[in-house]
Amino acid sequence: MSKKKSSCVRYTKWGYIFLIPFFLVYTIFSLIPLISTIYNSFFENYMSGLNQIGPTFVGFDNYIKLFKEANILKYTWNTIIIWLLGFIPQIVVSLTLAAWFVDLRLKLKAKGFFKTVIYMPGLIMAAAFSMLFFSIFSDAGPVNDILMDLNIIDQPFRFLANVGGTRGLIALMNFLMWFGNTTIILMAGILGIDTSLFEAAEVDGARAFQIFRFITIPQLKPILVYVLITSLIGGLQMFDVPQILTNGRGLPNNTSMTLIMYLNKHLFSKNYGLGGALSVMLFTLTLALSLLVYRIFVKKEN
Amino acid sequence: MKKKLLSLFFVMTMIISLLAGCGDKNKETEDLGGDNVDVENGVEDVDDEGEDNTGSEIEEQTNADGEGKVLNIWCWNTEFQSRVKDFYPGYVHDDASGTGKIGDITVNWIITPNEGNAYQNALDAALLEQANATDDDKIDLFLIEADYALKYTASDYTMDVKDLGLTDADMAQQYQYTKDIVTADGKIKGSTWQATPGLFAYRRSIAKEVLGTDDPNVVQEKLADWDKFNAVAADMKAAGYTMLSGYDDSYRTFSNNVSGPWVQDGKVVVDDNLMAWVDQTKMFTDAGYNNKTSLWAPEWSADQGPEGKTFGFFYSTWGINFTLLDNSLADADGPKEPGNGIFGDWAVCYGPEPYYWGGTWLCAATGTDNPSAVKDIMLKLTCDKEIMKNITEVTQDYTNNMEAMNELANSDFQSAFLGGQNHIALFAEAAPKIDMSNISSYDQGCNEEFQGAFKDYFDGNASKEDALNNFYTNIVIKYPELTTE
Repeated sequence: MSKKKSSCVRYTKWGYIFLIPFFLVYTIFSLIPLISTIYNSFFENYMSGLNQIGPTFVGFDNYIKLFKEANILKYTWNTIIIWLLGFIPQIVVSLTLAAWFVDLRLKLKAKGFFKTVIYMPGLIMAAAFSMLFFSIFSDAGPVNDILMDLNIIDQPFRFLANVGGTRGLIALMNFLMWFGNTTIILMAGILGIDTSLFEAAEVDGARAFQIFRFITIPQLKPILVYVLITSLIGGLQMFDVPQILTNGRGLPNNTSMTLIMYLNKHLFSKNYGLGGALSVMLFTLTLALSLLVYRIFVKKEN
Repeated sequence: MKKKLLSLFFVMTMIISLLAGCGDKNKETEDLGGDNVDVENGVEDVDDEGEDNTGSEIEEQTNADGEGKVLNIWCWNTEFQSRVKDFYPGYVHDDASGTGKIGDITVNWIITPNEGNAYQNALDAALLEQANATDDDKIDLFLIEADYALKYTASDYTMDVKDLGLTDADMAQQYQYTKDIVTADGKIKGSTWQATPGLFAYRRSIAKEVLGTDDPNVVQEKLADWDKFNAVAADMKAAGYTMLSGYDDSYRTFSNNVSGPWVQDGKVVVDDNLMAWVDQTKMFTDAGYNNKTSLWAPEWSADQGPEGKTFGFFYSTWGINFTLLDNSLADADGPKEPGNGIFGDWAVCYGPEPYYWGGTWLCAATGTDNPSAVKDIMLKLTCDKEIMKNITEVTQDYTNNMEAMNELANSDFQSAFLGGQNHIALFAEAAPKIDMSNISSYDQGCNEEFQGAFKDYFDGNASKEDALNNFYTNIVIKYPELTTE
């Protein structure tokens, strides 16, 4: 008996020991940078050519500057609209695919193959994917060639000189890269639903759409919320695809300039103050959204 | 046990790969140069913190006249390296290590590509560490471009060439504008082997068809000022050609002829001449006088090729002999002679206004331990008439020596690519007219952002006011110390 007790204590110790790497890595790579970012955001600190300006304590000046001089609301709006353009089709297509894949009555063949194929685009590096789209949709690229050969248009359509074209392409890429991943998560969610519910519904004579609407969707809510929040956080951090597609400029007319692209621009002058202020705001925004969803989630469980 | 070992191994791999990214970038670039030092001198280890070095070690590394044995040259491509290889007397290149030897001095080439400002960032970091670096790690010579020259020449990180020992007489044959660009507070802080006057290169066949002649003198008459230029553009449009390829083509002819610098008393000032570029380009775009391409885009290059329907391009020395020539070939690997694409169908004239485009300057870094080696490279490669004339004859690059260039201008020098025209004569005529007294340290960022912002206006996505406001917004992000309208 006493032997068992001592081994129990030893296990607890090991538990803590195994937690050390996480906390160590978290402290070094997340906590300390987070605190130093907040600290930096209150200073004027940048390079003017080869000269260091600051650091001088300026209070909330950087935050005020962000709202007064920079079009931060516009960049936030850009980010959200591009995210929505990609997310709405993503969730619709993923839900449909997930429902089909798990529906045994459809007797789909080669499911494994299709699951792999839809997951594939997510494996490509975003930067490479973006480069690819840049050449495919360029003014003299293959898409324009094909459209012109088919006499659908008689002048090249300049996708990247068009607001809808650029935003649409970014959204399309995000959609292609992420819908496979979402499908797999939703499938796992649907498979976790008690099958007796489906059987009961069928016995009661519910049609496929009714089952989907009144059983799958409500039961899937926690997973849907999870998908929504991860995608939203990912969307707020959207960077690589638009950065490469527009060469960092957010063309046309800054309509595809996302928040992180704007943050990246401050690197040119190593502007730690403004960059820090922007990061803190992003952090606050993400935190607020996460808390909001977390509360809805917890309430639901109660 | 085996399992334990295996898992331990995995954990270690993960941790190591996590930490691998945290290395100090400075150190890496310094090591690039440092490694070679180790090999050549057999010194055990070159310490990063130079002050710790013992005196004896430093003595060991210096030669008779008290100068260092390692010359570090910073640049962004191999162009200057090949000039040194081919034209600097006594330089021996070792292909295996990528380093060279001048007498008993080892030459290290620290090459950081220009892409995304990487060269300047690396150079800045190294210059800021210059005072603490060991003699063998110190930057001795670095290369800069005109658009950001003042950033370095106005700082204390570059040396006055007179302090190196170059005299006014040495530099007397250099074009004035090449000296203006690197002059700060009355001191000349750099020197270049090339002058890059720009011309207007046009298609002979199109000129014959539309203007009735391809004679450069007559064509120049018709393009002598912007009004005439615009009139010819209309004729080109009527005949099914475009005058220019894209938005940026004529930019430098305007931006080189401004009445004041980009930044005056810390405030960004948009010159009237730049707005003239905006208006002209907008007019060209709306009237279909250009092809809406952007500089260096594939469509832009294609317009210079056999399928191109564009009359001409503003190009400077290197652009004509290298870029335009390569783009004009139908078979890129075929012989460079008439019959391959539109080789030989080009000619050059002055165009409406004198301008320059590009160029590379050599700067001596303050604190260099090899001042006489640096001086000699500058003297031989940027001031020596015979060497520079030789460079032009061999590489077709236009060099920065008036006497040598005028000799070639008056000789029977011919370019087959330009249908037998002696373009050196035109360059020699254009170069002295370039006036670059209105430069600022912010030119690169301002030019880039200005062209970028107004692309939206040309594309019809923003009004002129919006484009200008976007420019002001973006320029303050790049240079937080500036104010705008």
